[in-house]
Amino acid sequence: MSVAEPPGVAPGRGAGEREPASWTARVREAAVDVLPPEKLLPDGQPTYVASWIYVFGVASIASLVVIIASGSILALKGPAWWHYTGVGHFLNSIHLWAVELFFFVMVVHLWGKYWMAAWRGGRIRVWITGAIIFLIAIPTALTGYVSQQNFDSQWISTQAKDAMNSVGIGAFFNVTNFGQMYSWHVLLLPIAVVALVAAHVLLVRTHGVVPPFELEKRLERAGAHAGGVTGGAGDDTGAGEGDGSGAAA
Amino acid sequence: MGVLAAVFNLNHPAHTVDWHFIHLSVANVVVIGLMFVVFALAIALPFPGAQRRRRANK
Repeated sequence: MSVAEPPGVAPGRGAGEREPASWTARVREAAVDVLPPEKLLPDGQPTYVASWIYVFGVASIASLVVIIASGSILALKGPAWWHYTGVGHFLNSIHLWAVELFFFVMVVHLWGKYWMAAWRGGRIRVWITGAIIFLIAIPTALTGYVSQQNFDSQWISTQAKDAMNSVGIGAFFNVTNFGQMYSWHVLLLPIAVVALVAAHVLLVRTHGVVPPFELEKRLERAGAHAGGVTGGAGDDTGAGEGDGSGAAA
Repeated sequence: MGVLAAVFNLNHPAHTVDWHFIHLSVANVVVIGLMFVVFALAIALPFPGAQRRRRANK
């Protein structure tokens, strides 16, 4: 007579050496191991995060939300609406100024993270995804400018085509082709930006916000580097309330 | 709209700042300057509640 195994456990294995039979269970357990719920949605922040320089990451995300929301409405309504109606002009301006704000706060965020060497403590992928987001945001904005359907977009596209041709990509990235530029602008590039922002935030949650240099040195001296700087810092050196994995900054 | 148009007269080529190979519109120079100002203020200005949180963790 065989003993029934618990659901999701491979046959022939005891409860002590449980290995899920289902790939969904394995993925779930691996995800929880990498990013447990208390790190994904923490209820405390390290004390060193209480500085204005840490708000520009989340300000970039807030700007991006406004960009996506206003851009979705513009895409649904179309060029005649955004050129010839009052509400259309308004949404068009909201979209433009949200982009201006996005780049503004993203650049300040980038400067802040550069000068605090935010790739320390195994955070190189956080830095790289952030840098790639910045690089992809540039053609995302350019394709928006050339998708306006007015004289401004004609001027920008005829100027930009020389740049594209000079680097050899003009044949398949034709800035004077509205349909192609519009597809890049409303579909392909936004998907890349949003996916990378999601990855960037999850990596911040996984590794925690980079601590200040001074705090890192103190923790190293205290012999707490392994568990403290990269994962948690709960002493009186300035990183008390959280576990070092606080803000998406 | 009329008021803004009076403040910002755009009916002319952009004013630019030129220095060797650097060629920037005045509008972009103003934005870059503002980014430096905001960056400096973000480092210099105290964050609300920061001192209280530090004291609470001592």
